[in-house]
Amino acid sequence: MKFITTNFVKCAIKGCQSSTEAFPLKYEDCQLAQEEQEYNPEFIAHMLERLNWPAIIQVAKDLGNESLPPTKPESLDPIMEDDQAVLRDLHTLLLETQIVEGRMICRNCEHVYHIKNSIPNFLLPPHLC
Amino acid sequence: MSVPSVPISKDIDPRNQEEDYVHSVYNDIATHFSQTRYKPWPIVEKFLKTREDYSTGIDVGCGNGKYLGVNKKLYIIGTDRSDGLISCAHDISKGAYNLGVADGLNLPHPEGTFDFAISIAVIHHFATEERRSEAIAHIVSKLKTGGELLIYCWALEQENSRRGYKEGDEQDILIPWVLQKKQPRKPKTRKNRKKSGNEVCKEEEDAEKETEIETPDESPVKESETKYRYYHLYKQGELAANALSTGTCTILEEGYEKDNWWIIVKKI
Repeated sequence: MKFITTNFVKCAIKGCQSSTEAFPLKYEDCQLAQEEQEYNPEFIAHMLERLNWPAIIQVAKDLGNESLPPTKPESLDPIMEDDQAVLRDLHTLLLETQIVEGRMICRNCEHVYHIKNSIPNFLLPPHLC
Repeated sequence: MSVPSVPISKDIDPRNQEEDYVHSVYNDIATHFSQTRYKPWPIVEKFLKTREDYSTGIDVGCGNGKYLGVNKKLYIIGTDRSDGLISCAHDISKGAYNLGVADGLNLPHPEGTFDFAISIAVIHHFATEERRSEAIAHIVSKLKTGGELLIYCWALEQENSRRGYKEGDEQDILIPWVLQKKQPRKPKTRKNRKKSGNEVCKEEEDAEKETEIETPDESPVKESETKYRYYHLYKQGELAANALSTGTCTILEEGYEKDNWWIIVKKI
Protein backbone atom coordinates (compact mmCIF):
# COMPACT_ATOMS: atom_id res chain seq x y z
CA MET A 1 0.00 0.00 0.00
CA LYS A 2 1.60 3.19 -1.20
CA PHE A 3 1.68 6.17 1.11
CA ILE A 4 -0.48 8.21 -1.28
CA THR A 5 -3.31 5.70 -0.89
CA THR A 6 -3.66 6.61 2.80
CA ASN A 7 -5.15 9.86 1.48
CA PHE A 8 -7.99 8.01 -0.26
CA VAL A 9 -9.10 5.43 2.32
CA LYS A 10 -11.05 5.65 5.54
CA CYS A 11 -13.15 3.47 7.82
CA ALA A 12 -15.61 1.36 5.77
CA ILE A 13 -18.25 1.17 8.49
CA LYS A 14 -21.49 2.97 7.59
CA GLY A 15 -21.76 4.63 10.99
CA CYS A 16 -18.38 6.31 10.43
CA GLN A 17 -19.26 7.74 7.03
CA SER A 18 -20.00 11.22 8.28
CA SER A 19 -17.44 11.24 11.08
CA THR A 20 -14.47 13.53 10.60
CA GLU A 21 -12.51 11.20 12.90
CA ALA A 22 -12.72 8.28 10.44
CA PHE A 23 -10.19 9.91 8.08
CA PRO A 24 -7.32 9.47 7.89
CA LEU A 25 -6.96 6.12 9.62
CA LYS A 26 -4.34 5.77 12.33
CA TYR A 27 -1.38 3.66 11.22
CA GLU A 28 0.29 1.42 13.79
CA ASP A 29 3.04 -1.19 13.87
CA CYS A 30 3.82 -0.58 10.24
CA GLN A 31 6.65 -2.18 8.36
CA LEU A 32 7.78 0.05 5.49
CA ALA A 33 9.71 -0.62 2.32
CA GLN A 34 11.03 1.66 -0.41
CA GLU A 35 10.05 0.36 -3.84
CA GLU A 36 11.17 2.19 -6.92
CA GLN A 37 8.38 3.61 -9.10
CA GLU A 38 8.59 5.50 -12.36
CA TYR A 39 9.33 9.17 -11.59
CA ASN A 40 6.88 11.58 -13.12
CA PRO A 41 7.31 15.10 -11.65
CA GLU A 42 4.23 16.44 -13.47
CA PHE A 43 2.11 13.74 -11.84
CA ILE A 44 3.40 14.64 -8.37
CA ALA A 45 2.99 18.39 -8.90
CA HIS A 46 -0.60 18.05 -10.08
CA MET A 47 -1.66 15.31 -7.70
CA LEU A 48 -0.39 17.37 -4.78
CA GLU A 49 -3.12 19.91 -5.49
CA ARG A 50 -5.72 17.23 -4.86
CA LEU A 51 -4.25 15.80 -1.69
CA ASN A 52 -5.42 16.53 1.82
CA TRP A 53 -2.16 17.83 3.31
CA PRO A 54 -3.13 17.68 7.00
CA ALA A 55 -3.93 13.97 6.48
CA ILE A 56 -0.54 13.44 4.81
CA ILE A 57 1.19 15.07 7.79
CA GLN A 58 -0.79 12.98 10.26
CA VAL A 59 -0.04 9.66 8.56
CA ALA A 60 3.63 10.59 8.12
CA LYS A 61 3.75 11.24 11.86
CA ASP A 62 2.14 7.84 12.57
CA LEU A 63 4.93 6.32 10.50
CA GLY A 64 7.66 8.24 12.30
CA ASN A 65 8.30 11.06 9.84
CA GLU A 66 7.89 14.48 11.40
CA SER A 67 9.85 16.45 8.84
CA LEU A 68 7.02 17.57 6.54
CA PRO A 69 6.26 21.29 6.25
CA PRO A 70 3.04 22.33 8.04
CA THR A 71 1.63 23.90 4.89
CA LYS A 72 1.31 22.20 1.52
CA PRO A 73 4.07 23.15 -0.95
CA GLU A 74 2.29 25.30 -3.54
CA SER A 75 2.57 25.50 -7.31
CA LEU A 76 5.65 23.36 -7.70
CA ASP A 77 7.08 23.52 -11.19
CA PRO A 78 9.16 20.63 -12.53
CA ILE A 79 11.16 23.12 -14.62
CA MET A 80 12.37 25.06 -11.59
CA GLU A 81 15.53 23.67 -10.08
CA ASP A 82 14.51 24.53 -6.52
CA ASP A 83 11.27 22.66 -6.92
CA GLN A 84 12.87 19.54 -8.36
CA ALA A 85 14.31 18.39 -5.06
CA VAL A 86 10.94 18.85 -3.34
CA LEU A 87 9.16 16.90 -6.08
CA ARG A 88 11.72 14.11 -5.80
CA ASP A 89 11.20 13.92 -2.05
CA LEU A 90 7.44 13.87 -2.47
CA HIS A 91 7.71 11.13 -5.09
CA THR A 92 9.80 9.08 -2.68
CA LEU A 93 7.32 9.62 0.12
CA LEU A 94 4.02 9.32 -1.73
CA LEU A 95 4.66 6.70 -4.40
CA GLU A 96 7.75 4.77 -3.35
CA THR A 97 7.03 4.29 0.33
CA GLN A 98 5.05 1.08 0.70
CA ILE A 99 3.38 -0.03 3.89
CA VAL A 100 4.06 -3.74 3.66
CA GLU A 101 2.54 -4.87 6.95
CA GLY A 102 0.66 -3.01 9.61
CA ARG A 103 -2.59 -2.00 11.20
CA MET A 104 -5.02 0.80 10.37
CA ILE A 105 -7.32 1.94 13.14
CA CYS A 106 -10.42 4.10 12.88
CA ARG A 107 -10.14 7.06 15.26
CA ASN A 108 -13.94 7.12 15.53
CA CYS A 109 -14.98 3.51 16.19
CA GLU A 110 -11.55 1.95 16.84
CA HIS A 111 -12.12 -0.82 14.31
CA VAL A 112 -8.80 -2.37 13.26
CA TYR A 113 -7.95 -3.15 9.62
CA HIS A 114 -4.86 -5.02 8.53
CA ILE A 115 -2.28 -4.56 5.81
CA LYS A 116 -0.60 -7.76 4.68
CA ASN A 117 1.79 -8.25 1.77
CA SER A 118 1.26 -4.54 0.96
CA ILE A 119 -2.51 -5.04 0.54
CA PRO A 120 -4.95 -3.32 2.90
CA ASN A 121 -8.05 -5.34 3.76
CA PHE A 122 -11.27 -3.44 4.47
CA LEU A 123 -13.68 -6.36 4.65
CA LEU A 124 -15.95 -6.12 7.66
CA PRO A 125 -17.24 -8.91 9.89
CA PRO A 126 -20.94 -9.67 9.14
CA HIS A 127 -22.29 -7.81 12.18
CA LEU A 128 -20.70 -4.56 10.99
CA CYS A 129 -21.89 -4.73 7.35
CA MET B 1 -18.92 -29.51 -25.11
CA SER B 2 -19.92 -26.80 -22.73
CA VAL B 3 -21.51 -27.04 -19.34
CA PRO B 4 -24.98 -25.42 -19.36
CA SER B 5 -26.01 -22.60 -17.05
CA VAL B 6 -28.79 -23.31 -14.60
CA PRO B 7 -31.49 -21.21 -12.89
CA ILE B 8 -30.90 -20.31 -9.26
CA SER B 9 -33.26 -21.19 -6.44
CA LYS B 10 -35.33 -18.15 -5.42
CA ASP B 11 -35.29 -18.62 -1.67
CA ILE B 12 -31.61 -18.18 -0.83
CA ASP B 13 -30.67 -15.34 1.54
CA PRO B 14 -29.03 -12.63 -0.64
CA ARG B 15 -25.85 -12.45 1.43
CA ASN B 16 -25.44 -16.22 1.49
CA GLN B 17 -26.05 -16.33 -2.23
CA GLU B 18 -23.30 -13.77 -2.86
CA GLU B 19 -20.93 -15.60 -0.51
CA ASP B 20 -21.47 -19.03 -2.07
CA TYR B 21 -21.99 -18.12 -5.71
CA VAL B 22 -19.73 -15.08 -6.09
CA HIS B 23 -17.12 -14.45 -3.37
CA SER B 24 -15.89 -17.96 -2.72
CA VAL B 25 -15.98 -18.87 -6.42
CA TYR B 26 -13.82 -15.94 -7.48
CA ASN B 27 -11.27 -16.85 -4.86
CA ASP B 28 -11.23 -20.44 -6.06
CA ILE B 29 -10.88 -19.52 -9.73
CA ALA B 30 -8.79 -16.34 -9.24
CA THR B 31 -5.60 -17.47 -10.93
CA HIS B 32 -7.30 -19.14 -13.85
CA PHE B 33 -9.77 -16.27 -14.23
CA SER B 34 -6.98 -13.70 -14.14
CA GLN B 35 -5.22 -15.39 -17.03
CA THR B 36 -8.24 -14.78 -19.24
CA ARG B 37 -8.62 -11.11 -18.25
CA TYR B 38 -6.01 -8.91 -19.79
CA LYS B 39 -7.57 -6.99 -22.63
CA PRO B 40 -9.42 -3.74 -21.84
CA TRP B 41 -12.91 -3.22 -23.24
CA PRO B 42 -12.92 -0.39 -25.82
CA ILE B 43 -15.63 1.71 -24.11
CA VAL B 44 -13.87 1.44 -20.74
CA GLU B 45 -10.53 2.33 -22.26
CA LYS B 46 -12.05 5.35 -23.99
CA PHE B 47 -13.73 6.48 -20.75
CA LEU B 48 -10.42 6.30 -18.87
CA LYS B 49 -8.43 8.01 -21.62
CA THR B 50 -10.87 10.92 -21.77
CA ARG B 51 -10.70 11.75 -18.05
CA GLU B 52 -9.09 15.05 -17.14
CA ASP B 53 -5.33 14.73 -16.57
CA TYR B 54 -4.39 14.06 -12.93
CA SER B 55 -7.93 13.40 -11.81
CA THR B 56 -8.74 10.72 -9.25
CA GLY B 57 -11.01 7.70 -9.41
CA ILE B 58 -12.04 4.34 -8.03
CA ASP B 59 -12.43 1.00 -9.78
CA VAL B 60 -15.01 -0.98 -7.81
CA GLY B 61 -14.58 -4.69 -8.45
CA CYS B 62 -11.26 -4.23 -10.23
CA GLY B 63 -10.47 -7.95 -10.44
CA ASN B 64 -6.88 -8.41 -11.61
CA GLY B 65 -6.56 -4.67 -12.21
CA LYS B 66 -6.58 -4.64 -15.99
CA TYR B 67 -7.94 -1.05 -16.09
CA LEU B 68 -5.64 0.43 -13.45
CA GLY B 69 -2.75 1.08 -15.81
CA VAL B 70 -4.66 2.28 -18.88
CA ASN B 71 -4.03 6.00 -18.26
CA LYS B 72 -0.91 6.86 -16.30
CA LYS B 73 -2.04 10.46 -15.74
CA LEU B 74 -4.76 9.31 -13.34
CA TYR B 75 -4.71 8.20 -9.74
CA ILE B 76 -7.02 5.18 -9.43
CA ILE B 77 -7.52 2.93 -6.45
CA GLY B 78 -8.94 -0.45 -7.30
CA THR B 79 -10.83 -2.61 -4.83
CA ASP B 80 -12.28 -6.07 -5.10
CA ARG B 81 -14.14 -8.42 -2.77
CA SER B 82 -11.77 -11.24 -3.76
CA ASP B 83 -8.39 -11.17 -2.05
CA GLY B 84 -7.26 -13.81 -4.55
CA LEU B 85 -7.86 -11.44 -7.47
CA ILE B 86 -6.30 -8.48 -5.64
CA SER B 87 -3.16 -10.60 -5.09
CA CYS B 88 -3.11 -11.23 -8.83
CA ALA B 89 -3.39 -7.48 -9.51
CA HIS B 90 -0.57 -6.75 -7.06
CA ASP B 91 1.70 -9.34 -8.65
CA ILE B 92 0.89 -8.40 -12.26
CA SER B 93 1.76 -4.74 -11.59
CA LYS B 94 4.77 -5.55 -9.37
CA GLY B 95 3.28 -3.35 -6.68
CA ALA B 96 2.52 -0.38 -8.94
CA TYR B 97 -1.30 -0.50 -8.68
CA ASN B 98 -3.16 1.03 -5.77
CA LEU B 99 -5.28 -1.77 -4.35
CA GLY B 100 -7.47 -2.87 -1.49
CA VAL B 101 -9.76 -5.72 -0.55
CA ALA B 102 -13.24 -4.28 0.07
CA ASP B 103 -16.94 -4.93 -0.27
CA GLY B 104 -18.85 -2.91 -2.88
CA LEU B 105 -21.53 -1.95 -0.37
CA ASN B 106 -18.96 -0.87 2.25
CA LEU B 107 -16.28 0.97 0.33
CA PRO B 108 -13.42 2.46 2.38
CA HIS B 109 -13.34 5.85 0.68
CA PRO B 110 -14.29 9.35 1.80
CA GLU B 111 -17.59 10.67 0.41
CA GLY B 112 -17.72 13.26 -2.38
CA THR B 113 -14.04 12.84 -3.19
CA PHE B 114 -13.47 11.31 -6.61
CA ASP B 115 -13.77 12.69 -10.13
CA PHE B 116 -14.80 9.38 -11.66
CA ALA B 117 -15.49 5.72 -10.98
CA ILE B 118 -15.82 2.53 -12.99
CA SER B 119 -17.49 -0.73 -12.08
CA ILE B 120 -17.09 -3.27 -14.81
CA ALA B 121 -18.96 -6.58 -14.72
CA VAL B 122 -19.65 -6.35 -10.99
CA ILE B 123 -23.14 -5.01 -10.22
CA HIS B 124 -24.76 -8.03 -11.90
CA HIS B 125 -23.38 -10.23 -9.09
CA PHE B 126 -25.53 -8.64 -6.38
CA ALA B 127 -28.43 -10.93 -5.51
CA THR B 128 -31.41 -8.54 -5.50
CA GLU B 129 -32.51 -5.45 -7.38
CA GLU B 130 -32.43 -3.51 -4.13
CA ARG B 131 -28.80 -4.44 -3.51
CA ARG B 132 -27.84 -3.68 -7.13
CA SER B 133 -29.34 -0.18 -6.85
CA GLU B 134 -27.77 0.28 -3.43
CA ALA B 135 -24.36 -0.62 -4.90
CA ILE B 136 -24.76 2.05 -7.58
CA ALA B 137 -25.86 4.64 -4.99
CA HIS B 138 -22.89 3.74 -2.79
CA ILE B 139 -20.36 4.24 -5.60
CA VAL B 140 -22.00 7.52 -6.61
CA SER B 141 -21.74 8.73 -2.99
CA LYS B 142 -17.95 8.63 -3.31
CA LEU B 143 -17.97 11.01 -6.32
CA LYS B 144 -17.83 14.78 -6.31
CA THR B 145 -20.90 16.50 -7.68
CA GLY B 146 -20.60 16.23 -11.46
CA GLY B 147 -18.37 13.15 -11.13
CA GLU B 148 -18.98 10.35 -13.64
CA LEU B 149 -19.42 6.61 -13.19
CA LEU B 150 -19.21 3.99 -15.95
CA ILE B 151 -21.01 0.70 -15.27
CA TYR B 152 -21.00 -2.50 -17.32
CA CYS B 153 -23.35 -5.40 -16.75
CA TRP B 154 -23.97 -8.58 -18.64
CA ALA B 155 -26.98 -8.43 -20.98
CA LEU B 156 -29.90 -10.79 -21.30
CA GLU B 157 -30.06 -9.92 -24.99
CA GLN B 158 -27.12 -11.78 -26.49
CA GLU B 159 -28.65 -13.96 -29.14
CA ASN B 160 -25.52 -13.92 -31.24
CA SER B 161 -23.24 -15.08 -28.46
CA ARG B 162 -22.29 -18.64 -27.84
CA ARG B 163 -24.68 -18.80 -24.92
CA GLY B 164 -27.57 -17.30 -26.86
CA TYR B 165 -29.58 -15.79 -24.00
CA LYS B 166 -32.50 -13.74 -25.26
CA GLU B 167 -35.46 -11.66 -24.21
CA GLY B 168 -37.90 -13.71 -22.17
CA ASP B 169 -35.23 -16.05 -20.73
CA GLU B 170 -34.61 -16.41 -17.00
CA GLN B 171 -32.57 -13.40 -15.77
CA ASP B 172 -31.15 -14.87 -12.55
CA ILE B 173 -28.84 -17.72 -13.37
CA LEU B 174 -25.77 -19.68 -12.37
CA ILE B 175 -22.98 -19.65 -14.93
CA PRO B 176 -20.47 -22.49 -14.88
CA TRP B 177 -16.70 -22.04 -14.76
CA VAL B 178 -14.82 -25.22 -15.49
CA LEU B 179 -11.58 -25.51 -13.58
CA GLN B 180 -9.26 -28.03 -15.09
CA LYS B 181 -7.06 -29.59 -12.53
CA LYS B 182 -4.35 -30.59 -14.95
CA GLN B 183 -3.22 -26.96 -14.87
CA PRO B 184 -0.30 -26.56 -12.47
CA ARG B 185 -0.83 -25.22 -8.97
CA LYS B 186 -4.52 -24.71 -9.10
CA PRO B 187 -5.99 -23.03 -6.04
CA LYS B 188 -8.13 -25.81 -4.73
CA THR B 189 -9.31 -24.72 -1.36
CA ARG B 190 -9.74 -21.42 0.39
CA LYS B 191 -6.82 -22.29 2.59
CA ASN B 192 -4.15 -22.48 -0.07
CA ARG B 193 -5.50 -19.89 -2.47
CA LYS B 194 -3.14 -17.09 -1.49
CA LYS B 195 -0.07 -19.10 -2.04
CA SER B 196 -1.21 -20.40 -5.39
CA GLY B 197 -2.26 -16.92 -6.43
CA ASN B 198 1.10 -15.43 -5.64
CA GLU B 199 2.93 -18.06 -7.57
CA VAL B 200 1.18 -18.08 -10.88
CA CYS B 201 -0.72 -14.84 -11.42
CA LYS B 202 0.67 -13.40 -14.55
CA GLU B 203 -0.55 -12.07 -17.76
CA GLU B 204 -0.50 -14.46 -20.65
CA GLU B 205 0.38 -13.09 -24.01
CA ASP B 206 -1.64 -15.62 -25.81
CA ALA B 207 -4.70 -16.24 -23.72
CA GLU B 208 -7.96 -17.02 -25.35
CA LYS B 209 -9.94 -14.32 -27.05
CA GLU B 210 -11.62 -12.09 -24.52
CA THR B 211 -15.32 -12.45 -24.16
CA GLU B 212 -16.75 -11.23 -20.93
CA ILE B 213 -17.64 -14.58 -19.48
CA GLU B 214 -15.46 -17.25 -20.86
CA THR B 215 -15.78 -20.78 -19.71
CA PRO B 216 -12.99 -22.77 -21.23
CA ASP B 217 -14.93 -25.41 -23.04
CA GLU B 218 -12.49 -27.69 -24.65
CA SER B 219 -13.64 -31.24 -24.10
CA PRO B 220 -13.58 -31.97 -20.40
CA VAL B 221 -10.31 -33.40 -19.21
CA LYS B 222 -10.26 -35.77 -16.34
CA GLU B 223 -10.80 -34.26 -12.93
CA SER B 224 -12.27 -30.99 -14.10
CA GLU B 225 -14.34 -29.21 -11.50
CA THR B 226 -17.28 -26.93 -12.24
CA LYS B 227 -17.87 -23.82 -10.13
CA TYR B 228 -21.05 -21.77 -10.53
CA ARG B 229 -21.21 -17.99 -10.36
CA TYR B 230 -24.48 -16.11 -9.93
CA TYR B 231 -25.43 -13.44 -12.48
CA HIS B 232 -28.40 -11.20 -12.96
CA LEU B 233 -28.68 -10.73 -16.73
CA TYR B 234 -29.75 -7.16 -17.44
CA LYS B 235 -32.60 -6.33 -19.82
CA GLN B 236 -32.48 -3.30 -22.05
CA GLY B 237 -33.17 -0.15 -19.98
CA GLU B 238 -32.91 -1.92 -16.64
CA LEU B 239 -29.44 -0.64 -15.70
CA ALA B 240 -30.45 2.97 -16.32
CA ALA B 241 -33.64 2.38 -14.32
CA ASN B 242 -31.60 1.03 -11.37
CA ALA B 243 -29.30 4.06 -11.52
CA LEU B 244 -32.15 6.56 -11.74
CA SER B 245 -33.95 4.87 -8.84
CA THR B 246 -31.12 6.03 -6.56
CA GLY B 247 -32.15 9.64 -7.15
CA THR B 248 -28.48 10.67 -7.03
CA CYS B 249 -27.50 10.77 -10.68
CA THR B 250 -28.53 11.42 -14.25
CA ILE B 251 -27.76 9.28 -17.29
CA LEU B 252 -25.14 10.81 -19.58
CA GLU B 253 -24.76 8.00 -22.09
CA GLU B 254 -25.78 4.39 -22.47
CA GLY B 255 -25.18 1.61 -24.91
CA TYR B 256 -24.58 -2.02 -25.70
CA GLU B 257 -21.21 -3.58 -26.37
CA LYS B 258 -20.43 -7.24 -26.90
CA ASP B 259 -23.20 -8.83 -24.83
CA ASN B 260 -23.12 -6.11 -22.17
CA TRP B 261 -25.21 -3.05 -21.33
CA TRP B 262 -23.23 -0.01 -20.19
CA ILE B 263 -24.13 3.39 -18.84
CA ILE B 264 -22.28 6.53 -17.80
CA VAL B 265 -24.03 8.41 -15.01
CA LYS B 266 -23.29 11.83 -13.58
CA LYS B 267 -23.68 12.65 -9.90
CA ILE B 268 -26.17 15.42 -9.18
